[in-house]
Amino acid sequence: MKMDVRPPVLASDCLTVQVGHRDVVKDLDFTLQPGDTLVILGRNGAGKTTLLHTLAGLRAAAAGTVLLSGQPYAAWPRGHEACLRGLLAQSQPDFFSATVLETALVGRHPYLGRWDWEGPEDEAIALTALASMGLDGFAERQVPTLSGGERQRLAIATLLVQRPRLYLLDEPLAHLDLHHEVAVLDHFRALASAGAGVAMVLHDINLTARYASHVLLLDGAGGHIFGPVAEVLTAERLSAAFGHPLRAVADGTATLFVPA
Amino acid sequence: MADGHAAARHQPVSMRHMRLRARLVIAGLMAAALVAFAWSLSAGPMPVSGHDLLAALGSGESSMEADIVRQLRLPRAIAAFACGGLLALAGALMQVLLRNPLADPYVLGISGGAAVGALGTILAGATAGWIDTGAFIGALGATLLVFGLAHGDGSWTQTRLLLTGVIVAAGCGAAVALMLSLAPEGRVKGMLFWLMGDASSATRPWPALALLGIGLLAALPFARELNLLARGEITARALGIQVGRLRMLVYGLGALLTAVAVTTVGSVGFVGLIVPHLVRLAIGNDQRLLLPAATLAGGVLLCAADTAARTVVAPIQLPVGVLTALIGVPVFLFLLARHPR
Repeated sequence: MKMDVRPPVLASDCLTVQVGHRDVVKDLDFTLQPGDTLVILGRNGAGKTTLLHTLAGLRAAAAGTVLLSGQPYAAWPRGHEACLRGLLAQSQPDFFSATVLETALVGRHPYLGRWDWEGPEDEAIALTALASMGLDGFAERQVPTLSGGERQRLAIATLLVQRPRLYLLDEPLAHLDLHHEVAVLDHFRALASAGAGVAMVLHDINLTARYASHVLLLDGAGGHIFGPVAEVLTAERLSAAFGHPLRAVADGTATLFVPA
Repeated sequence: MADGHAAARHQPVSMRHMRLRARLVIAGLMAAALVAFAWSLSAGPMPVSGHDLLAALGSGESSMEADIVRQLRLPRAIAAFACGGLLALAGALMQVLLRNPLADPYVLGISGGAAVGALGTILAGATAGWIDTGAFIGALGATLLVFGLAHGDGSWTQTRLLLTGVIVAAGCGAAVALMLSLAPEGRVKGMLFWLMGDASSATRPWPALALLGIGLLAALPFARELNLLARGEITARALGIQVGRLRMLVYGLGALLTAVAVTTVGSVGFVGLIVPHLVRLAIGNDQRLLLPAATLAGGVLLCAADTAARTVVAPIQLPVGVLTALIGVPVFLFLLARHPR
């Protein structure tokens, strides 16, 4: 049997995350191997973003540890963690104008020394990422002239420019149309197949069923279910987690979950 | 991904164009600085020609012209240039720190504190040297007060910092009004000139000029990190920036630059707000280029404005702050109307 000697992309050990004094997750153990796609599901306010930020090392856990490529965040040399994991945050308002290319180049920051300027190679990486998000020809546009969906794709392209091993995505499909939803998820599936790990917050249960390898279902009170997608996604468990009855409908090729 | 490689082959040269343009703008501003200095040194009740100017600066000989240039006009021109640069640099830093294009160096109450300190010393009848000291202590006091109040619980939101600064500034404004109404007739004019910003009493410009160089050199190594900070805290932290440390640095540096500028020439308005915006329109918002360009542009603007302030209605000398406000308000309204957000 061939052993994978690389450490898991991301793992947690007895992780407890709190907002105020409320538990988001309690004693969470999970492992994200290269190739895995984890989707975090839960109702509004369940703490999905808080958990994602904790997994990104941007927020302290109440208890337990998060291991990025086998080590706690604190053990990585300062700044190096940004070469290993990238975060797509929920969109924030822009107060200053910038071009699309300038914005995408931000993702190269972890690779540049203090006095370095972005060179032709960095630009090539940025342009490739923009093209992969359907933004070719947008390089010189000003960001405030973009639509919401175009801005979201620019944010994803900026993350791709960072080229991490672990992708943490907070609602990557926000503002996207159907075509781009599928294109973005296909892109991250391809990255996972190439050895990356992906963990994302989604609200679409059926896209989750189609793209996730694992699901973490939060009940909003610290309780959680983690496991392979087929085990976690059942009408009964989803109904309990979302507080709304759901029904599974099979059409022969896929099982769809619809609100009852 | 195949499309991506095709796109990468015919690379747009936009980034290089932008940088080239920015460097041209910076070179142009350096030339403008020389022109502003030449004008400032030669203009006045006793005009000095270009040839005599060089002679006055180059040789140690003592003539009336040389004395006027070296002892009156040069310190004043340097003070105006340095303080304009300090205010523009501090304004650019504050706009990034607060992620607010309407922020200026005074938004956190620094000028208010300096005004209370300066007017307090004038009211007490102290001499010019003590006024500077009072202004500096007032500025630092307000800075620490705002920082302590806004940062007391460990959180650091821009809104909280901004609101605390605005409230402290309002409190200082009330104290200033009180002192003006209590002051004896003879001291009110000095107080008003101080409040409006005035370079005529700036006889020791060197600390301001030295700090200008030090401040710019201290900010430039962090310029790319500031670009990321302007995009938001989470983005910056996810890309490996120690946001807390960076904000402390920017806040401390911005406060120090402003305190020294206000101590030297009083609270000259609008330079710190307008100049970063004008420069941003010309070269974009890359702090690596914006910070040096804004510093130069602020220096040029205030040096030229101060020369105009003492020559346009000579022999009456206007406080330079009145001129910058008269120029600044319409320019800013024009920019705002042109770039609706």
